[in-house]
Amino acid sequence: MALLSFISRRLLQLIPTLAFILVVIFVLVRLLPGDPASAILGDRARDADVTRINAELGLDQPWPVQFALFVKHIVTGDLGNSIHLKVSVASLIAERLPVTLMLTAMAALIALALSVPLAFVAATRRGSLSDNAIRGSFQVGLSMPVFYVGLILLTVFGAKLRWFPVGGFGTTFLDQLYHLFLPAVTLALSLSAILMRNLRSAIIGVVGAEYVDFARSKGLSSRLIMMRHVLRNALISTVTLLGLQIGTLLGGAVITETVFAIPGAGRLMIESIYGRDYPVVQGLTFALAIIVSLTFLATDIVQAWLDPRVAR
Amino acid sequence: MSALATPAETPALSVQSLTTVFQTPKGPVRAVDAVSFDVMPGEVLGLVGESGSGKSVTLRSLMGLIHAPAQVSGRVLWQGADILAMPKKALRRVRGGEVAMIFQEPMTALNPVLKVRVQIEENLAAHSQLDARQRRARAIELLDLVGIPAAERRLEDYPHQFSGGMRQRVMIAIALASNPKLLLADEPTTALDVTIQDQILKLILDLRDEFAMSVVFVTHDLGVVAGTCDRMAVMYAGRIVESGTVAEIFARPHHPYTRGLLGSVPRGGAERTMLTSIEGTPPSLAVIPQGCAFHPRCAYAVEHCVAKRPALERIGLGRMVACFREAEVAAAGAPV
Amino acid sequence: MRAIEAPPQRSWRSRFKVAGLPATLIVGGLVLFASLVLAVVPSLFAPYDPAAMDYNSILAAPSLAHPFGTDSFGRDVLSRVIHAYTIDMQIAVFATTGPLIVGVIVGALVGYAGGLAESIFGRIVDAVISFPQLVLVIAIVAVLGPGLTNMYIAVGVIDWVFFARLVSGEVKVQKRLDYADAGRAMGYTPMRIIFRHLLPNAITPAIVYWMTDMALAILLGSSLGYLGLGAQPPAAEWGVQIADGKNFMATAWWISVFPGIAIVVTGLGFSLFGDGLAELMRTKK
Repeated sequence: MALLSFISRRLLQLIPTLAFILVVIFVLVRLLPGDPASAILGDRARDADVTRINAELGLDQPWPVQFALFVKHIVTGDLGNSIHLKVSVASLIAERLPVTLMLTAMAALIALALSVPLAFVAATRRGSLSDNAIRGSFQVGLSMPVFYVGLILLTVFGAKLRWFPVGGFGTTFLDQLYHLFLPAVTLALSLSAILMRNLRSAIIGVVGAEYVDFARSKGLSSRLIMMRHVLRNALISTVTLLGLQIGTLLGGAVITETVFAIPGAGRLMIESIYGRDYPVVQGLTFALAIIVSLTFLATDIVQAWLDPRVAR
Repeated sequence: MSALATPAETPALSVQSLTTVFQTPKGPVRAVDAVSFDVMPGEVLGLVGESGSGKSVTLRSLMGLIHAPAQVSGRVLWQGADILAMPKKALRRVRGGEVAMIFQEPMTALNPVLKVRVQIEENLAAHSQLDARQRRARAIELLDLVGIPAAERRLEDYPHQFSGGMRQRVMIAIALASNPKLLLADEPTTALDVTIQDQILKLILDLRDEFAMSVVFVTHDLGVVAGTCDRMAVMYAGRIVESGTVAEIFARPHHPYTRGLLGSVPRGGAERTMLTSIEGTPPSLAVIPQGCAFHPRCAYAVEHCVAKRPALERIGLGRMVACFREAEVAAAGAPV
Repeated sequence: MRAIEAPPQRSWRSRFKVAGLPATLIVGGLVLFASLVLAVVPSLFAPYDPAAMDYNSILAAPSLAHPFGTDSFGRDVLSRVIHAYTIDMQIAVFATTGPLIVGVIVGALVGYAGGLAESIFGRIVDAVISFPQLVLVIAIVAVLGPGLTNMYIAVGVIDWVFFARLVSGEVKVQKRLDYADAGRAMGYTPMRIIFRHLLPNAITPAIVYWMTDMALAILLGSSLGYLGLGAQPPAAEWGVQIADGKNFMATAWWISVFPGIAIVVTGLGFSLFGDGLAELMRTKK
């Protein structure tokens, strides 16, 4: 199967990328000024304590040894312990990351639900009032910072109208969906603008393609032509774009979780940064980078599945 | 006013004063200007001209495939009903069911992300009562008919997995799925190698006999016309300038443009070089010359040709020409 | 700063032209010009000192005296929005110009060299886009310490990659054209060919992206300001101002809403100008 061999080849490509990510995180953490020990202990740390902490973190070893230890720990799933929360970083991530993933998944779905029909309307009525209105409002949406959108939605639909909770995270699944709705909409806004713009021009491009004319010359219904021939082809590039936006989306999730006080990985990240909790920052950065890489992989597979020319 | 009407039969397709005007930022462009012709049942008509002469736009216009912003006017009578004025539902039945079209580039005309089976079967689903199993059987039959080896297996392949010639066969199979009575072929062999061109031409002629259909063949290649068509119409700058049977026109062209085209056809196995014997280049449709559009390139042009545009006039049975100097051109005989 | 941007497309706006220039370019240019003027001489336009606290009018609603109202310290919101142009426009320019220059130079060299340099560069791109950019910037800023300079460093570490990728792709295309061969035939040094001949033809997409990037830099800068990692209070910066007003949204919405509008308008100015620039370059070709 062409698709299977494509996936295995693509999986192999993941290895150098992951290795590179490890190197970048390792170097980044070591390049940053100020040593973790004094950060943990504060300015009035005694030398003995600094030495002890450095030994605990393995920072007294030469750096190739440090790197080997670092890789060994990460490969075995040992991401160290949080300095402040006194629990393993792995368990923290396992607890908080699903919230963030749920938020981003919801945002992606909302963005698709918003952008696909609107791009369709805009593309098929190109140059009309509705086309201009749709594109104008998305352009404004694209210029709005995430925290600003969140703050406004929170005030209007949370505090004033009381349709949605003003923060936190529920216990049951439905309750969680309810809590995450406003944050997901916040996160979806600029993504949907990017997707809408891409899909609109993709649809316009595909509508003019010869195979659509050929399909019309077969006497198919316009609905069938639109769904099977136009939308399916136009969505290929949009799905790819959606996958490539995962990094931006996760970055937006960090801010959204802060605005809406959602106990996800993003808020944990900000808290750990404020608290100089290096193991958590390092572990989270690695986890997020893995998620981005896996999403890129999934995107390539979906693209190969949608477009048989990709996996040859 | 059927240009090519022979009184004996009623034409299958009658195109009357077909005009297509594109609205462009630089003003309206008449790509097709008052084009009229008939196609008899079982007949192969060649529509000949250089690129930009409006022949492909003519074909697309009469199928209603022209995109806005453009206006198509005139009448396209198929079995007596006007395609251009049909309600959507009736139009859908004609398209693909009774009139089918094949394009120049199968690579771009076949949907790259759909299996060949889907692209054949959707045609059958639109125009027949066959169930899924029967559609599949018919799809295999069609691929077999157009000469694709291992048809059953190839059904599940995508267009990019076929070679150029095979791809064109696939497109023909799709177009012919619902037994159309008229095939519109837009330069179906131009993108192919010379040897494969001949195979595809032969295939189309064979299928014409098998399906008893008429064919309108758009091409710039007079060699193709000579080998396949019964009658031909020559287009220049959006208008028909000469029409008649292939034999008559090749023997005695009445329009200097036709004469020039014939002069550029290589003989005796020489390398095919297109249209080299006509001086100058075809006009842009946005700035068509005053009077006879061909006069700047015409060796026979006189003052009158610059001032006034010659009408397409009947000069014999089923023979028409638009030239003030047609007698002089005819007297010169066919180019050697 | 976003890894992937849809290419700017022909739009309805492009049909309207003023003096032969795309209307988007004119409108965007006017917005940017006004923003620059406000950034350079804010005190000419601001009715009050942005730091002056007036305890007699705290959280005052918009009025003739205070068109945008006052904040919780009694500072005039309009004056603060105007003075914030200085910092936010500075962020747009400072955060992106370094990456632009570095990216263009590296991109030109990599595109011309090809081979191993290109493969290594490709790996770097893969790694950089594997990190959520905002997360990485936040992490770097947090460790270096909050503030604008550290933010520029953090952005610069990542952002040059996007310019380099654009330019290397273009240079690769230009390299194959005849005039590059002509230059080699005439014995020009590679440096001269790259920077005198190839780059001027290859730099357009990078310049257009620069506009988008400046808009994104303002979004990022204000986000960091909001989180307390960028410009520091009591500085007048839109993100900081929005954070100042976040607890008063229900009662004194004007503190946060007006700075947000300034972000949107400035961002639109950059996008329109970038679209117009792309349009202009296209029609020139």
